[in-house]
Amino acid sequence: MSTLTIEQVHSDYQGQAILKGLDLVLHQGEIAALLGPSGCGKTTLLKAIAGLQPISQGRISINGRLLSGPDVFVPSEQREVGMIFQDYALFPHLTVAENILFGVKGLSKSDRQSRLSEMLALVKLEGLGGRYPHELSGGQQQRVSIARALAYEPELLLLDEPFSNIDAKVRGEMMVEIREILKQRGVSAVFVTHSKDEAFVFADKLALFKEGAIAQYGDAEALYALPADKYVAEFLGQVNYLSCEVSARNRLNTLLGEVQSSSDLDKAKGYRGELLLRPEQLQIAEDERGEGTIIARRFLGNLCHYSILIGEEVLAVRSPLHHFTEGQNVALSVTPHPAVLF
Amino acid sequence: MILGFPKSWSTLSYLTAICFALPLGAICIQALVPDEAVFGHLMQTVLPTYIFNTLALMLFVSLGALLIAVPAAWSVARCDFPGRNWFQWALLLPLAMPAYVVAYVYTDLLDYAGPVQGWLRQVNGWQSPMDYYFPDVRTLGGASVMLALVLFPYIYLLARTAFMEQSPSLLHASRVMGAGPWRSFWRLNLPMARPALAVGAALVAMETAADFATVSYFAVPTLTTAVYDTWLGYGSLAAAAKLSAIILLVVFCLIGAERFARRKQQLFQKQTPITSHERYALSGSKAWLASGYCAVLLLLAFGLPVWVLLGYAWDYFEVSWSQDFWQYSLNSLTIALVVSLITVVFALLLMFVRRCSPRKIDMLPSRLASTGYALPGTVLAIGVLVPLSYLDFAVNDLYAYFDLNGPGLIFSGTLFVLIFAFAIRFAAIAIGSIENSYKQISPSLDMASVTMGMRPGSILTRIHLPLLRSGIFAAILLVFIECMKELPAALLLRPVGFENLATYVYQFVSDEQLEQGALGAIVIVLVGLVPLIYLNRSLEQGN
Repeated sequence: MSTLTIEQVHSDYQGQAILKGLDLVLHQGEIAALLGPSGCGKTTLLKAIAGLQPISQGRISINGRLLSGPDVFVPSEQREVGMIFQDYALFPHLTVAENILFGVKGLSKSDRQSRLSEMLALVKLEGLGGRYPHELSGGQQQRVSIARALAYEPELLLLDEPFSNIDAKVRGEMMVEIREILKQRGVSAVFVTHSKDEAFVFADKLALFKEGAIAQYGDAEALYALPADKYVAEFLGQVNYLSCEVSARNRLNTLLGEVQSSSDLDKAKGYRGELLLRPEQLQIAEDERGEGTIIARRFLGNLCHYSILIGEEVLAVRSPLHHFTEGQNVALSVTPHPAVLF
Repeated sequence: MILGFPKSWSTLSYLTAICFALPLGAICIQALVPDEAVFGHLMQTVLPTYIFNTLALMLFVSLGALLIAVPAAWSVARCDFPGRNWFQWALLLPLAMPAYVVAYVYTDLLDYAGPVQGWLRQVNGWQSPMDYYFPDVRTLGGASVMLALVLFPYIYLLARTAFMEQSPSLLHASRVMGAGPWRSFWRLNLPMARPALAVGAALVAMETAADFATVSYFAVPTLTTAVYDTWLGYGSLAAAAKLSAIILLVVFCLIGAERFARRKQQLFQKQTPITSHERYALSGSKAWLASGYCAVLLLLAFGLPVWVLLGYAWDYFEVSWSQDFWQYSLNSLTIALVVSLITVVFALLLMFVRRCSPRKIDMLPSRLASTGYALPGTVLAIGVLVPLSYLDFAVNDLYAYFDLNGPGLIFSGTLFVLIFAFAIRFAAIAIGSIENSYKQISPSLDMASVTMGMRPGSILTRIHLPLLRSGIFAAILLVFIECMKELPAALLLRPVGFENLATYVYQFVSDEQLEQGALGAIVIVLVGLVPLIYLNRSLEQGN
């Protein structure tokens, strides 16, 4: 069943269109990332879902209940969504325990107490209920805000760049930890970020934004492997484009010779276009008479990044092999994968 | 911003704002109604002189204040000399001095019978005023000096900040290119501080235009004294309102200039954060010159008047320590307390609506309610009297219609009018303080509470009030102190027989008997010191 449904949502601010007809469906227990550069409308959509920002057209519903739509506006306080803010928004005058229980209603005193203990245990902050937010580290504050948002069991959790204020060293760990908490409790969540790396670690699905519209929505891996256009391909990772011509149902002619696709191509025979190749989809081999020449080498630790001149094109290649040097001739081959043509 | 924020809150804030903007509206309307005899007469006789005096006074005071404030500000901001850390804040002290008290003290010292002229006569063997020339204090020039002495800290404060915020690398660049400290000051520091100086000069000019007591004591007729005389002398509210409108025009020009300069100031002071405050280490005669200048300035503007006041209070303690002194102090305290609580409640309402309302137009009430601060006390008094006496007449007419005895002037003739006027005059202070405090509260706290099911009312009580505590306290304190000091509005609006500390002290000043009211004056000065300590602390934190 779909937890969140967004249909043709538009939003304007001072006569300027911020959101231009968005569609998105999120199923129970899924985590979706709204990904894109700053100013593309992803936070606006998040706030519109929370009822903190008006929409001008379209519909937003949670669990089949229409929240925003033509002549319908359910105020934030009746939407039963949880939201986690970039600055955590912990109430500085309340203790951790008071913060966590802030949104909990209609429970007896003992039930409230057990809910509190459960939440503190969940986010591994046992014994810190009596502290004030300023007495906690950034990561601990972040966990309190998660506990506070989960304590009143919202239908949907919204996260607005929740990791941007966390130290880079612990960020990865933190994301995995919180993702596990959400998965363990089957919480559906929508998460805003401008970092593809965060999105890959934290989310199941990606909605990649471009200037107020969603360029592509789907499973994170599918977006990476089969991007709909160059914008998506380039946003999610480094790319090479190689001119090519379709020669058969699953074959292409390129500068590197014939390339075979592991799935059927969506372009007809004779189509001339560009083949998308990620740097890790190219393999280098030592070859005195190879058609490629290494013109730059950058050592990255576990990998080496090479720029290889072939014909008049320069290709970026990442390889675990470190021993090639500048000026050396090499042969290039393509790892088998479903080919993407533009 | 809370979507679906109830309209009832907004309505309430509009009603408040309309009440607070009433005097401004009343004066504007009065200025437009057809002319009448008193104002016409004034126009033909004394009005040109009044306007000339007012403008000349504003010019002289601003120039004088600039002249004394800039060297002090630059020395303190850019140099190291003995006592610098102390002078840095002590130079603000003169702000606590009511100008009319300073004026009285200097008149006492400098007039013919005073100690200075007496000493000169004794030393030189002069017999009569014919034998020598001595400038008369009680003139336009004298009033300018007195006002400049107590108002210069406005410019000093802004200029000091401006000089301090100038990036040291600019100065380094100038030094490397061969400009010494003196040339760097004229070609770099001073021009860059220009917008800040303009803001300060505009503030000083505004305070000068609003001054009533000093010019009245020196018998220099200006627009403010004219308003006072027209109302209390001729009893013509309409003519007084027309005069007030002229003052308002002047004040609004100054506010416009101040706003303009402030925008420039943001451009000029938009520098990278300063990591080190490099200062010239002065030594020898230069150090003595800097220390001496600051010391003399402080002595003239604050030390000497306080010393003289203490002397009066000591000599006349028996007379000053009276039943009246206690009664009037209590009156001042009560009024100040009531007004500060009222303004804070309304300021909270206005700022809460402004923060939470998604409707853009709801920004307006808090701005509208802040206009009262621009009105000089005399102008405000007239602006309040116009609508309230109208209201009183309407009420009494209504009683008469039913053949009943009217209740009299229940609005304009009671303490209501005084409290109303004070609340309007100082609402802007409370609004500003709470606005600043609100800026510290992240908007995401509101959003978090809303998503957790809070209604606006409970956001105000459970989140905002506890977090605004310090802002609310500051607002109450600042309004309280201003109420203790405010003179012209109190003079014009106090009910018959009612005195507070300020009117009590002024009474002694105008009767040439301040000696007997010195204790009251000292209390006013002491109360005035509190916000300076507060201001200084926030500046220190800023550094």
